[in-house]
Amino acid sequence: MQTQQIEVKTWENGLTLAVERMPSVGSAAFSILVPGGSNYDPREKRGTATALSELLMRGAGDRDSRQLSSALDDLGVQRHNGAGSSHVSFGGATLSDSIHDALRIFADVIRRPWIPDDHFAAVRSGIEQSLLSVEDEPRQKLMVELWQRTFDAPWGLSSDGSLECLPNLTIDGVQGHYEQCFRPNGTIIGVAGNVDIAQLQATIDELFGDWEPRPEPTFETTPHGPSIDAIEHDSAQTHIGLAYPSVPYRDENYYAAWAAVSVLSGGMSSRLFTEVREKRGLCYAISASLNTLPHEARVVCYAGTENDRAQETLDVTLHEIHRLGQGITDEELNCCKARAKSALIMQQESAMSRSGSIARDWYHLQRIVTLSEVRSKIDALDVSHVLDFVHQHPPRDLTILTIGPKPLEVPSEIS
Amino acid sequence: MKFRERVLDNGLRIISEWNPLAHSMAIGFFVRTGSRDETTVISGVSHFLEHMAFKGNEKYQADDVNRILDEIGAKSNASTSEEITKYWAAILPEYLPQAFELVAGLITPSLRQDDFDMEKNVILEEIAMYEDLPSFTLYDKMMQAHFAGHPLGQSILGTPESIADLTSEQMREYHRDHYVAGNVTLAIAGNFDWEEVNRLADQCCGWWPAGEVDRSTFEAQPEPGTLVFPKDDSHQQYCMQMSPAPPANSPLRFAAEVLAVIVGDDSGSRMYWDLVEPGDVEVAELGHYEYDGSGSYATYVSARPEAVELALARISDIYDAVNSEGVTEEELERAKKKAASRIVLRSERPMSRLSLLGGNWIYRGTYRSVEDDLNTLQSITLKDVRELLDAYPLGQMTTVAVGPLNSLDGPVGVPG
Repeated sequence: MQTQQIEVKTWENGLTLAVERMPSVGSAAFSILVPGGSNYDPREKRGTATALSELLMRGAGDRDSRQLSSALDDLGVQRHNGAGSSHVSFGGATLSDSIHDALRIFADVIRRPWIPDDHFAAVRSGIEQSLLSVEDEPRQKLMVELWQRTFDAPWGLSSDGSLECLPNLTIDGVQGHYEQCFRPNGTIIGVAGNVDIAQLQATIDELFGDWEPRPEPTFETTPHGPSIDAIEHDSAQTHIGLAYPSVPYRDENYYAAWAAVSVLSGGMSSRLFTEVREKRGLCYAISASLNTLPHEARVVCYAGTENDRAQETLDVTLHEIHRLGQGITDEELNCCKARAKSALIMQQESAMSRSGSIARDWYHLQRIVTLSEVRSKIDALDVSHVLDFVHQHPPRDLTILTIGPKPLEVPSEIS
Repeated sequence: MKFRERVLDNGLRIISEWNPLAHSMAIGFFVRTGSRDETTVISGVSHFLEHMAFKGNEKYQADDVNRILDEIGAKSNASTSEEITKYWAAILPEYLPQAFELVAGLITPSLRQDDFDMEKNVILEEIAMYEDLPSFTLYDKMMQAHFAGHPLGQSILGTPESIADLTSEQMREYHRDHYVAGNVTLAIAGNFDWEEVNRLADQCCGWWPAGEVDRSTFEAQPEPGTLVFPKDDSHQQYCMQMSPAPPANSPLRFAAEVLAVIVGDDSGSRMYWDLVEPGDVEVAELGHYEYDGSGSYATYVSARPEAVELALARISDIYDAVNSEGVTEEELERAKKKAASRIVLRSERPMSRLSLLGGNWIYRGTYRSVEDDLNTLQSITLKDVRELLDAYPLGQMTTVAVGPLNSLDGPVGVPG
């Protein structure tokens, strides 16, 4: 594996820039995380951070909404922005020559936004329709609802808010959210691609070096919703969501946790795919993944099955999750390792993927994990280590939610 | 980047693009067959067969295929469209021999009866899954309506009835007729050894039966029409419209792609500024879909039920204005920059190059490098866009809607 050239610089105002130089690509990508996500939304005004992230792109610096969009298009910047629970994020990729100009525009967006009153109604209408679309897709709806039932609020709440909250949003609230939350301390900029590290540091210094820090706002957490629940819906399939606690990215056992989930649902030979789909033909889509917040994590499973066979799908899935503790073979673990190795090497071909990874690393760990470090941690895993982890963290405190014509029976010993 | 090709004695064509800077490589078998090559009786067989490919051949059982692909850390999958069934794997170069044997093996599956019976359930689940996705339901119904009477109107998934009735014997027959070497293209992209590829191809594919398959590619002549599928519990109205556009082998296709960016890209387009930015609709986009011998402009709108008719009328106004007045030089230049950036960025990974490499060959019988595509794009002028609009004006010929509305009575435009 090639040695990566990565440098991190943190300014006095608390802003951090992590840059990875990738000489074999022609592009450069960035991922900017500003610590003003939906966790800071007032509970009755959920969706405020999302509205802000939309409004930020509707005029900044000396450009109005159209001029901003055109300037980015002229630079060939493919971009996305949105609010998550902890951050408002901005990501993009372009040819490496244009990265400095692209960052200049985003510095305007982040530091000199218009947040125009006359666009507020339009933005709220867009969010409302996006929420309505989620209502129309039971699988998406399931995930939104499952999250709320497994993570305490506000971590588990959808950043888009809810149809009930949306009328409470105000432009003053959105502008206030910007004033309160947007700050350099805690902001992370990850850049990866064919770039000169020193030049990039100079650009960021010029654009963000004089940004004044602000106090970190706080938020309160409240308990999550009911763990075992069912939503009635006249759908073709019963959609099953299931979650249980694991360890977060920063935990020393994270890679063992990752391997355990990977045995369950990493590839086509993994247990859930084999037992639920291949052997029994119960569903087309079945998956499990490890989802991590800074302080806690969940294994989240999804399966969709026609209604008359949904109970069997739930039963087999639960059985497989519980069976993990009974043993894992060397062969299974080796498959997980091989998949991880490929994925790590292929990451080196994508500036977009690396810029996101280094920004996330800094957020979770306050350091950057090199690909060879990940590789050696994965190589060091053995079956007894992974099994020890499963025994110490058995599937307990399950959250189970279904969406379909009728509820399923959840075995009483796990509810 | 270096292109090389070879045709085996049985007609299997190998095309490759070597990139010594890549860390990985991708291989894919592109079979020129899909739902348009089916009859009504066996509707859905191409897609079902694609699933069955992973159940193994004489040497490997299903468990083996899945396990070995995982053991070498391959990212592999398959897909079926109206016209192409493709099987691919992205791998590290050192695993080429194992990956090659397995992926080549997918083309000649055993089609065992017990696997067939079990997989039928998975296919039926997949059909049910898409029923719960309004945008997919809409696409399926759109294709059936717009291409009614043309092979492109045949459903990829089939229906629960056609799948239930399908026999393994019918699938074997379809496989025998369509999976012949002359109907398959092997594409390879990334960092690999050409000699090794050839040795593996001789060994794993040299014995495949020779043969060619004819496909009728007459250009569809759709009739105008509107179909509304009421779905009472839906909140948004989902609407799609199609109209004839340049086919895959038309020199006008680049102009059509640029035009779609100008008029209906998801940001910075005429439809975006007129409909999405003001919040009047959730989505309003225009795309250019290219097929063998036919093509279509596809308009997609997701909006509140009460807003959808007006939105379609406003799109009609946008199309009328473009058809009569064309686009501006500024719009054209901006769209070219956007498109060029997309071409370059999506070409960085061997896996995405593979799709373009295979697709270009199947549809156009040619190799096009990233530079070729960029040069063609740069050469597009307003005159080309005018020529495109004269031959294929933007339109809303066929309309299909899924959502709470029972009918669409608004002014749905039809090009003259």
